[in-house]
Amino acid sequence: MIGPFLISIFSGAIHSGTPLLYATLSEAVGERTGIVNLGLEGVMLIGAVVGFTTTVQTGNPFLGVLAAALAGGLFNMVFGFLVITRRANQLASGLALMFCGVGLSAMIGASLIGSRIEGLNEIQIPLLSGIPVIGRMFFNYDILVYSAIPVAVLVWWLMFRTRWGLSLRAIGENPTAAFAAGKNPHRLQYQALFIAGILGGIAGAHLSLAIAKTWAEWMTAGRGFVAVALVIFSKWHPIRAIAGSLLFGGAISLQLQMQARGVPVSSFLLDMLPYVLSLVVLAIWSGARRHAAPGSLGRVFQGTE
Amino acid sequence: MNRSPLLTLRSMTKSFPGVLANDHVDLDIYGGEVHALLGENGAGKSTLMKILYGFYRPDSGEIRLNGQPVHIRSPHDARQFRIGMVFQDFVQIPAMTVAENITLFLPDLPFVLNQASIIKRIEEVSERYGFKVNPHAPVWRLSVGERQKVEVLKLLLADARILIFDEPTRSLAPHEVDGLFQVFANLKRDGYALAFITHKMKEVLACADRITVMRRGKVAGTIKGSEATESSLIELMFGKQIEEALGRRGETPADGRKPLLELKGVNTRSEGMAWGLKDVHLIIKPGEIVGVAGVSGNGQKELGDVVLGLEKCTKGVKYLHGEKYTDWSVAQVRESGVAFIPEDPLGMAAFPWLSVQENMAMVNTRMYSKQGGLSMDWQAVRSDLQASLERLEFNIPPFYVPLGFLSGGNIQRMILAREMAHHPKLIIAFYPTRGLDVQSANSARRILSTSRDQGAGILLISEDLGELFNLSDRLVVMFQGRIVGESTPQEISMNEVGYLMTGSKGENKKSD
Repeated sequence: MIGPFLISIFSGAIHSGTPLLYATLSEAVGERTGIVNLGLEGVMLIGAVVGFTTTVQTGNPFLGVLAAALAGGLFNMVFGFLVITRRANQLASGLALMFCGVGLSAMIGASLIGSRIEGLNEIQIPLLSGIPVIGRMFFNYDILVYSAIPVAVLVWWLMFRTRWGLSLRAIGENPTAAFAAGKNPHRLQYQALFIAGILGGIAGAHLSLAIAKTWAEWMTAGRGFVAVALVIFSKWHPIRAIAGSLLFGGAISLQLQMQARGVPVSSFLLDMLPYVLSLVVLAIWSGARRHAAPGSLGRVFQGTE
Repeated sequence: MNRSPLLTLRSMTKSFPGVLANDHVDLDIYGGEVHALLGENGAGKSTLMKILYGFYRPDSGEIRLNGQPVHIRSPHDARQFRIGMVFQDFVQIPAMTVAENITLFLPDLPFVLNQASIIKRIEEVSERYGFKVNPHAPVWRLSVGERQKVEVLKLLLADARILIFDEPTRSLAPHEVDGLFQVFANLKRDGYALAFITHKMKEVLACADRITVMRRGKVAGTIKGSEATESSLIELMFGKQIEEALGRRGETPADGRKPLLELKGVNTRSEGMAWGLKDVHLIIKPGEIVGVAGVSGNGQKELGDVVLGLEKCTKGVKYLHGEKYTDWSVAQVRESGVAFIPEDPLGMAAFPWLSVQENMAMVNTRMYSKQGGLSMDWQAVRSDLQASLERLEFNIPPFYVPLGFLSGGNIQRMILAREMAHHPKLIIAFYPTRGLDVQSANSARRILSTSRDQGAGILLISEDLGELFNLSDRLVVMFQGRIVGESTPQEISMNEVGYLMTGSKGENKKSD
């Protein structure tokens, strides 16, 4: 009894952790360049609904993922225009973007409520997936799960091993210094936000195309905000984000499993589990001395006289 | 030898809100020369050079490179023309390593960075010029002097041909200054053009081929280094003779008075590469100036912070006005009559986007509040600030502009005026004359010695040994967080202090 329970919690953690990882990477890329995007939830919803609609219409979930990624990137450009070009307040713009995403996705998805798709199917790795227990735990997922960790490594590599990533981080730390070094802070921030949008869109697509395989209004249920907390937990580092996402995915999975098994705890309390965990994380990590927050987080380069 | 200028600036004009920083300035810079820009604070030297580097856009004027008009709209453009600049406030990213900071600055790198080869280049160049900097160290761990070396390394590695230095020697130890001038000489020989902003007369005379003196946004004159004398330069700078600094008072009447401040066996946490305090005992009596000598990063900052209460003691006890104050808050300490002039005024004592008068009121909000805090008595703020500035004989800038618009020296003046406004009993002064020109530095010193004569105790932390010897009644020397020597200026020579500062404990004691 305990064995299968643990296995389903584990595979649930990986399933639920995957969109969280994409979303956390999205937020981390943005924040490394100094931009807090509280609109991530909205970006994910846009990704989810565009991916779902595209899949319903074309029958091809891969096209759905592609469309979701593009839609996420473009939606983030709206945010970019506000906070980079118009220098609007990041927190207010982010929240507005979130609500805008909620409304827009509900409108696009209104006619699709209840429709089901085949979505992204599990790819069973030949031979390996046949191994008892291990096979179910590690080798029986959809493509976005398999690609999640390589994508995290790719983001890390971009950030820490390329000239582009160095400039990006420099802008998040001190845009004036980066400008003085001959970088163009605004252009780099747009680029970072576009990539962040792509990742956010994929996060949403995984929810609608692989996990739920259906569309429901506000189906992200706050995962975008959990990702904002996860960025802090992972100290703005893509590799640490993998561990953080698994932990939170585990919390979500535990909650779902307990509800499914009718554990006599109020379902409202269980629903809160991942968010209570977020609060705990923020309480523990935020106070630490010298945590790795980018030095200029939340501020946009104002240019010089 | 080619004697047409490499770089020509014609009629450069730039204004900021309330200030005309550059007023039709002309300047020629030749290849293979060190060109010094000399002038008071706020004379417009930094502004002019920042225009040249594309950091500011001029209101009007023309820049020509090799006779060709060029438009420099951003540092990126400037770097295309191989112009590089070492800023007064370093533009570095503390969270990143030395190598990352330098890499960020290098043009034309491949998309995927080869960090090993960059680090090798850094090591090569730094070895050639005798700069010992660890490329893997994060910049926040470096001392000011080391950070400057990183800036110079950046330019050398980025292959700039015109190098601008904004007060490069401000925080270097004397032998490092000599090293820098040696670098200047080597670069000059290779045909580089060097522009160098300073207000230290001796340095100008030591290394400049030509000297342009600026005064109030205009060029007061350009003369050859070989023909310049100290008095001719001072005349150009101020247009009038200025009096000598006040001499130091001989006797120390503070003896026998009760201590104003006493530290007993104080330790602090050490952070990064900086030294925490170790078993520091210090007494300051009313009416004396205690000077703290030491190479920067040996615990002077921590000492000042501990006295004000910014830093907590991990061990030891502090007494102020005879009371134990180990656990007082900074606000309590300040209200008991302690003034603080920090190491980095813009970062630690000022709010750049608040106006001058708001900055003034900031440390005394309780005193200036009216109707139980519902409104502020700005009239009183302004008159106190004005009175204090007049006592210091400083010029008075408009009070309504954001403090960040003022020049570095003017910000230092405002902080001095603010801290001295309410006749403090204890003054903690970090490099109080750093960034000030000769005249303002003299009035700042004068106000310190006057306060001392009126019974204030002063903790003076400075890198300028001349200043310390000139002002202090007692001297302590810090090395690696400890007080390694204590004496009076009459009983110890500068050389002995120098040896104590560098940890070579008196091997050459009394040799001269």
